[in-house]
Amino acid sequence: MVTMLAEARAVARTVTDPELPLLTLADLGVLREVSEEDGKVIVSITPTYIGCPAMDTMRDDLVHALQNAGYRDVEVRTVLRPPWSSDWISEDGKRKLAAAGIAPPGAATRRAGGQVPLTLAPPVRRVRCPRCGSADTEEVSRFGATACKALHRCRACREPFEHVKEI
Amino acid sequence: MSINSVGETSAAETSAAEAGTDDAGAAADSRWAFGTGFEDPLAGIDTSVPDDVDRDALASYCLMLGDDALVMSHRLQEWCTNAPELEDEMAIANIALDLLGQARLLLARAGKADGSGRGEDDYAFFRAEHEFRNVRLVEIKRGDFGDLIAQLLVFAIWRLALLQRLLTSRDPVLAAIAAKGVKEVTYHRDYAAQWAVRLGDGTAYSHQRMRAGLASIWPMVDELFAAHEVERTMTEAGVGVDPAELRDEFDDVLSQVLSAATLERPDVSPLAGVSGRTGRHGLHTEAMGYVLAELQSVPRAHPEARW
Repeated sequence: MVTMLAEARAVARTVTDPELPLLTLADLGVLREVSEEDGKVIVSITPTYIGCPAMDTMRDDLVHALQNAGYRDVEVRTVLRPPWSSDWISEDGKRKLAAAGIAPPGAATRRAGGQVPLTLAPPVRRVRCPRCGSADTEEVSRFGATACKALHRCRACREPFEHVKEI
Repeated sequence: MSINSVGETSAAETSAAEAGTDDAGAAADSRWAFGTGFEDPLAGIDTSVPDDVDRDALASYCLMLGDDALVMSHRLQEWCTNAPELEDEMAIANIALDLLGQARLLLARAGKADGSGRGEDDYAFFRAEHEFRNVRLVEIKRGDFGDLIAQLLVFAIWRLALLQRLLTSRDPVLAAIAAKGVKEVTYHRDYAAQWAVRLGDGTAYSHQRMRAGLASIWPMVDELFAAHEVERTMTEAGVGVDPAELRDEFDDVLSQVLSAATLERPDVSPLAGVSGRTGRHGLHTEAMGYVLAELQSVPRAHPEARW
């Protein structure tokens, strides 16, 4: 059974994200756990953003991958807490993002609680351009083509690029 | 009841289509529209209710918070193809998507809490106007960009203060939704606040429009802090939050924004209810009928439709 679980886990770890297909769900930190209950494979995933429209596709992709590998009984569970953080993207995942021209996130801000401070000025943290490496970049829009990405522009090489937001 | 994150429809649909080549039947389960077997957003989440919590009151409370998010999301979606710039269109659509995610979970939670088993679509598409419990702020007719920023600013400051306090809710689902929502609504609030400053502290004309926007939504503000009986019951049970507790934080954050934006708090009277009844009681403004007509017309015309 230990082997079966290890193999099922290995299969689940190959499934890629529908919106960032260069990353696996494991790279993204969306795949939380693969366990076994009475011969059934239980896969736990967590949404990056609450409205993520790709959750159903992820569920289907995981079920298909495991069924194609011979696991008949598969259940995918959603875990909402603790909420996903961009800190959960693996180092390997960050490298793959950068190689694909998407600036990976820096460390997310941790807060102890209480009133959330307001940010009225543009972020001080400069995101390094994934194409030319310059730090002379600016945020164009904090909301990009998917919920998890912001749009930036490099002032050195003039190229626009996407950035996975810290959250 | 779904919108796709801008520009990414094709990648995910391609992926679903590829999955379909392996097993067309199973792949047909994942579709992105009403009444199409869109899976339960609470799938695999423990939805048991703490023993001593009034289940009907919890369901009503979830509808209140869910309807706020649903109707606000709908009004934001109306900005698709209408925003002043593409970047803002994407921002507004993203915010709408986050709020829709909250709405889906909260409406589904209502159906589990009251034991009726009703799903998100039942609540969103097959309730009458008087059954919607949202505050009237979220339903007002789409105005200009200044009106939108004023509405979104007030909504996001209020919602973030609420979600922050729901983190310790005794209902594990509400607490989990709040934990995700706090992170996301922080971005929404910053977006609205930064635009309020840009417009208020911009040109004489942008200042005038931003000021007019604030004045237009101001009559709906007091209602945000008036507790309905359900909210009081849920607060006593350690599940909900008394909205009156949010006023201090709201005033503090709004003052920071207005001061940076060189704007003043409008001097406009609140919009009265009818015999003390307002949005939380199911009493809405004329605008609400139009929202629901657009939101519900297709599923009502084709209740069994599949695609």
